[in-house]
Amino acid sequence: MEQPYYTKKILERFIHPRNLGKIKDADGIGDTQNLRCGDLMNLYIKVAKQDGREIIKDAKFETIGCGHAIAISDMICDLVKGKTFEEAQKVGFETIVKEIGPIPPVKMHCAKLAQAALKAAIDDYLKKSKK
Amino acid sequence: MPKTYLDYAATTPCDPKVTRAMSVFLKKDFGNPSSIHNFGQKASMAIGGARQSVAEFLGCESEEIVFTGSATEADNLAIFGTVKASKITKPHIITSQIEHPAVLESCRELEKQGAEITYLPVNKDGVVEIAELKKALRPNTLLVSIIYANNEVGTIQPIAEIGELIGHAMSSGHRMSKIYFHTDAVQAANFLDCDVKKLGVDLLTLSAHKIYGPKGIGALYVKKGTPIAPVIYGGGHERGLRSGTENVAGIVGLGQAIKEIQNPKLKIQNIKIRQFRDKLIKTILKIIPGSRLNGSLTQRLANNVNISFDGAEGEAIIVMLDQKGIAASTGSACSSGSLEPSHVLLAMGLSEEQAHGSLRLTLGKLTTQQDIEKVFKVLPTVIQRLRKISGYHS
Repeated sequence: MEQPYYTKKILERFIHPRNLGKIKDADGIGDTQNLRCGDLMNLYIKVAKQDGREIIKDAKFETIGCGHAIAISDMICDLVKGKTFEEAQKVGFETIVKEIGPIPPVKMHCAKLAQAALKAAIDDYLKKSKK
Repeated sequence: MPKTYLDYAATTPCDPKVTRAMSVFLKKDFGNPSSIHNFGQKASMAIGGARQSVAEFLGCESEEIVFTGSATEADNLAIFGTVKASKITKPHIITSQIEHPAVLESCRELEKQGAEITYLPVNKDGVVEIAELKKALRPNTLLVSIIYANNEVGTIQPIAEIGELIGHAMSSGHRMSKIYFHTDAVQAANFLDCDVKKLGVDLLTLSAHKIYGPKGIGALYVKKGTPIAPVIYGGGHERGLRSGTENVAGIVGLGQAIKEIQNPKLKIQNIKIRQFRDKLIKTILKIIPGSRLNGSLTQRLANNVNISFDGAEGEAIIVMLDQKGIAASTGSACSSGSLEPSHVLLAMGLSEEQAHGSLRLTLGKLTTQQDIEKVFKVLPTVIQRLRKISGYHS
């Protein structure tokens, strides 16, 4: 059977994203652009120490892109909270689909974009904290 | 929630007269038009009547109309059919960068097979320049295919002028073949004069479902004496140009739809549509900063609005509008399987970002004042919301 292009869960995330906006005193900021489809994404992270490990305490986003890109950005922010950098970077399209249900395969690049933004935010933090 | 449909360029609802005319040939008079008995002959007569209606609309003879399974098929037949029938070993075809994929992809396929293709640029208004076309003519030019009115931005191409230019070109210089002229008039049929003699075309494509007829039926006008070979083989229907048992109900539906768009009442409806369109364009550009109209304001179909918004993406706009009960369309990359933004907007010189945030609203005969007002109410909040999500500041 054919899936709806936008499922109810995706629509809910797209219309009412929970992690929208900037983090004012962000520890790391990552911005990426998909040159092919034109989507732009900013990801902000706040880092904390827990049991001697660095974890992502908070994550927020700004995205110019389709509803899927926005919903995925929002999901990835939720999914990386409380995770170490290593754990967080394992979150991808499949993790997101498991949480939120089917997304058209053509939108797989939206998850790649969110992953790239997260990596850039972590790299930004690591660069800053070395100083 | 009341639904506001503003996507008439995608498809239109069937006119009640159309469905009524069709249902007879789905139920009572279901015969195969090739059958000699009474059932078949009734169907055959009905096809004849529809053919006559289409011919009257185009100002041609009934024998010059070929019914096809879609406008895409009619475009394919026009392009592959004339090339196939030509004796030129390496034919040259001139088309534009803003064609419908039915023409564009057919030309790309022929290019792979060794044909020479010129994809004419358009100016920033989305209109083909006659001078460019004149420069592009070669001794081996066999076919010129230019869309009458573009489906995305509604820009009207100077078809009659091109027809005239081709006429002049043929009487001067060495030519390997007569140059045949095809136009896809699918979007134009509702609003523009489609008299083939005035336009100077040899081939013209029509679709039923864009003019309040059913889906799955198209037609190609083929001027008498135009060499053309079929692309579908079988029982030799449609003078051998389109084998396959005729879609009788569909053909009857197309015939009825053609009659309806010639109804004088439509002229009045079209004036109303144009007023709505002008109000939409003027008001949206005024109330939403960071917005711009795509395509000529004057050389434009009466029902087309195409506007780009900074800081918002087209598919996201469409999905949010749909949630609020407005059906619209976009040329954004995300909505196309290929992830490439609209080739039409790029050909007009828009940046990828600008093409990314485009919204198409196309009006029709059921569009009301309430529909327009709903857009004014809903669209600014949708754009504002998406700009908040993208962190865009004007």
